[in-house]
Amino acid sequence: MTPALELENVHKAFGPTPIIRGVSLAIEAGTRQALIGPNGAGKSTLFNLVTGKYPVSSGRIRLNGEDITGQRPYEINRRGLSRSFQVTNIFPWLTVFENVRCSVLWALGYRYSFWHRVSRARDVQERTETVLEQLNLTARRHVPAGVLSYAEQRALEIGITIAGGADVVLLDEPTSGMSRSETEHVVQLIREVTAGKTLLMVEHDMGVVFGLADRIAVLVYGEVIAHDTPERIRANAAVQEAYLGVPQGAA
Amino acid sequence: MSTPAPATTRPLAAGRAVPTDRRRLYGLWIAAAVVLLALPHVIRTPVGVPIMNQMGIAIVFALSYNMLLGQAGMLSFGHAVYFGLGGFIAAHVLNLAGRGSLYVPVPLVPLVGGLGGLLAAAVLGSFSTARAGTVFAMISLGVAELMAASSLIFDRFFGGEEGITTNRAKAPLLFGLSFTKDREVYYLIAFWVLVAAAAMYAFSRTPVGRMANAVRDNPERAEFVGYSQRRVRFVSFCAAGLFAGVGGGLFAINYEILTAENMGLNASGAVLLMTYIGGIGYFVGPIMGAVVFTFLQSMLSDYTGIWLLYLGILFLATVLFVPTGLAGVLMLHAPAWRARRLPRLFGPYLLAAGLALVAAVGIVGLMEMVHFIASADASRGAKRLFWVSVAPRTVTPWLVFAALAAAGGLGLRWAAPRAAAAFVEASRPGPGR
Amino acid sequence: MLQIAFFSVLNGLVYGMLLFMLASGLTLIFGMMGVLNFAHAGFYMLGAYFAFTLGLSIGFWPALVLAPLLVGVAGALVERYGLRRVHRFGHVAELIFTFGVALLIDEAVALVWGRPARGYQIPAVLDVPLFRVFGASFPAYKAFMLLVAVAIFVFIFLILTRTRAGLIIQASLTHPGMVAMLGHNVPRVFMVVFGIGSALAGLAGVIAGPVLGTFPGMAQVLGSIVFVVVVIGGLGSLTGAFVASLLIGIVQTFAVALDVSVGQVLMAVGVPAGASAALHDIWKVTVAQVAPIMPFLLLIIVLMVRPTGLFGTRET
Repeated sequence: MTPALELENVHKAFGPTPIIRGVSLAIEAGTRQALIGPNGAGKSTLFNLVTGKYPVSSGRIRLNGEDITGQRPYEINRRGLSRSFQVTNIFPWLTVFENVRCSVLWALGYRYSFWHRVSRARDVQERTETVLEQLNLTARRHVPAGVLSYAEQRALEIGITIAGGADVVLLDEPTSGMSRSETEHVVQLIREVTAGKTLLMVEHDMGVVFGLADRIAVLVYGEVIAHDTPERIRANAAVQEAYLGVPQGAA
Repeated sequence: MSTPAPATTRPLAAGRAVPTDRRRLYGLWIAAAVVLLALPHVIRTPVGVPIMNQMGIAIVFALSYNMLLGQAGMLSFGHAVYFGLGGFIAAHVLNLAGRGSLYVPVPLVPLVGGLGGLLAAAVLGSFSTARAGTVFAMISLGVAELMAASSLIFDRFFGGEEGITTNRAKAPLLFGLSFTKDREVYYLIAFWVLVAAAAMYAFSRTPVGRMANAVRDNPERAEFVGYSQRRVRFVSFCAAGLFAGVGGGLFAINYEILTAENMGLNASGAVLLMTYIGGIGYFVGPIMGAVVFTFLQSMLSDYTGIWLLYLGILFLATVLFVPTGLAGVLMLHAPAWRARRLPRLFGPYLLAAGLALVAAVGIVGLMEMVHFIASADASRGAKRLFWVSVAPRTVTPWLVFAALAAAGGLGLRWAAPRAAAAFVEASRPGPGR
Repeated sequence: MLQIAFFSVLNGLVYGMLLFMLASGLTLIFGMMGVLNFAHAGFYMLGAYFAFTLGLSIGFWPALVLAPLLVGVAGALVERYGLRRVHRFGHVAELIFTFGVALLIDEAVALVWGRPARGYQIPAVLDVPLFRVFGASFPAYKAFMLLVAVAIFVFIFLILTRTRAGLIIQASLTHPGMVAMLGHNVPRVFMVVFGIGSALAGLAGVIAGPVLGTFPGMAQVLGSIVFVVVVIGGLGSLTGAFVASLLIGIVQTFAVALDVSVGQVLMAVGVPAGASAALHDIWKVTVAQVAPIMPFLLLIIVLMVRPTGLFGTRET
């Protein structure tokens, strides 16, 4: 079966410095997977390569079997892949409502039309309302996004990512900087909005990772050293050494 | 958890269209139409109608400029190119119509100008809009300079130094309506101002119009939700060029002459000034800016040779202290208005305004006297300033104006914080008393 | 023919070095602060006017030193009380601000000194021909201009590369945040650089005023060309500004000197004449008429193809 997302021997160097040193990864459709690794491993760079922000130095990237290597971010997004950002990347002067609405416009087929009125477009309004409810931001809909609290902004960040209905969702550290209770809310939100979709997320919070992920890929110094179920990752000695520190149960 | 402000109080904002919301919006447009119709009857001075015509053209031009600056975040130093090109094309078509080669009645000429502006924007925008920010601004400057220099080469189209003249009386009539008198031209301009403004407002409510805002706020993220920022900028650019061309067409009808100056950097600078002073964050901002700018330009230039300096100071003051512009300042008082506490502000505001006026009189007096000494020949000794004959070569007026400026300034230092405090007090949320 | 070529090269060098004096300050300011200073040519104009007025009372040579200093102070004040406020609103707001300052300087100069050109004269000692060749003479004043410009280039280069202050400035050019973390007062560095850049522009005005004319429109005339130079050379690159200044200076001077029409040029390369009336306008255009367009054409092409400019490393 064609994997939803496939990386084939992807390399990326910035000048003379190699960051991604030959990553081959296949993410099966409908699964929730996590990408973990120590700081500086290249996780965000990998996301940027997949979503078209940076060009690859070599290698291929395939989305649902189609080659998307070297395409622009909007081309990739239109094929059904969407990402969130580690550093909140919203539209600060638009209201919360408008933020989400901008994310559904292309997916609903409105393109560059100047003959529709967005406020009259039923489907746009309904989809936006639905997403806002999932994000629990309905009450804050008229607030300029730049004014929201950090946790609300992170929720909006996820909202913008999934509002368009992309099948493959990439979340970059969705719970970073959050308290315990905020994290629980966000995990619940992620579970809800990625039901039936393919999810790949970068995370440092191991509780979130082991709670959500079907499979985990471990990236160390630009290479994937393991890609397996959570239990086997836990037991993997190389992973423990590189990232998890002292193995569980040891003195 | 605070309750959201009801949508009815923000008729020009986004969100679900509540029926009362829409009624209010249509009401505003109808009221505007009524006001426009009534104006020439209310203002009966001989210069009233020509100035209102000038304002109408400026309004269309400034609104079109804000499609770039306020909506899409694109700072252009060469928007007058599309205004001018639209005007030149309109003038040529009007001449052809007058000779009988084309059937284009005067009321349709602004449309021709619009098409001209659109064509120019599509061609020049194909490469101009590739980048945003400072690079876009520089390219727009380059294009403006290019067009200015080209105008000297293509005599046939631009008419060389004298420009292109036209005659609206020679064009074929539509429904027997002629547009020879200023009054008649006024109604035509008012009609087109209403149509153009409504169209531009509607554009801002369309998908591409909303995405222009998104691209302005965060062009990178807009790409990640499926939109090419370059494409969005290009569409905005073409739309802005179209309406600038409409303004040019109105200009051609009104003044019956177009020169390279109308395309030049000074004209582009003027529209930047008026739009920014009016307020780029609100739809009505450019309208207010255009009215104020045109008013100052025509009124002030009768009284002083340094009116552009005053406008420059006003502009700089806006950039430094009131970046939201006139419209922004008005909108800032919306909470106070909603709470019906505006009357409380009259006292402190009047006081501060009065002191500011005193300081302004002092500063203006000093500047006018400097201007007099620098430019008038040595034989003239006196000058009329503020309805009083003043002798700038003596010491007294200098002392007087300096004293006024100092007194006003010091008084303002005392009065301004009080006005600000009154504003804060009046704006706080809660039931009105 | 030889006379035209020789003097065009020489005049082109002088003009180019003048452009460089203006462009160097502008590119340094951009490289460090990310703001394209629209008012830069305005400081150039202030330099000319200050020197003219000071020169009337204290003579050319003291004014040569004092006027740029005054302009530098003015520039520092503009940065400190104006630009710094607007900085947090983003680059577009900064551009709009400097545009406003440019307008203000234009109008203020017209206010104080009047609109007609001022008789700013070359000092008598330099108002002599330096040498005669090919039947025409080259004025000593132009050689003086060249000398000053070269001296400035060497001076800046030495300061930037050999002194500690220069090192800090260079570092602030690319990593202002890090430099601030190291304990340097980066806002003060910005103010100083802005002041020095303005002083350089003022100096250019002091020496160019007598030759290019001292009138309120002189900022507008040169302003756009300087932008072109800086963008083509590469924003933030001093070498780029140097190369581009000379390039444009020489090319423009040559173009103006050549009184040949486009049609003649095309005929010389073998394209037949006698085109339709619509193209007639283009045919009879002389190279001198096209000269003003060329820098802007080049500007647009460079911005499209290589937005960092010839030598630049930093895009706007």
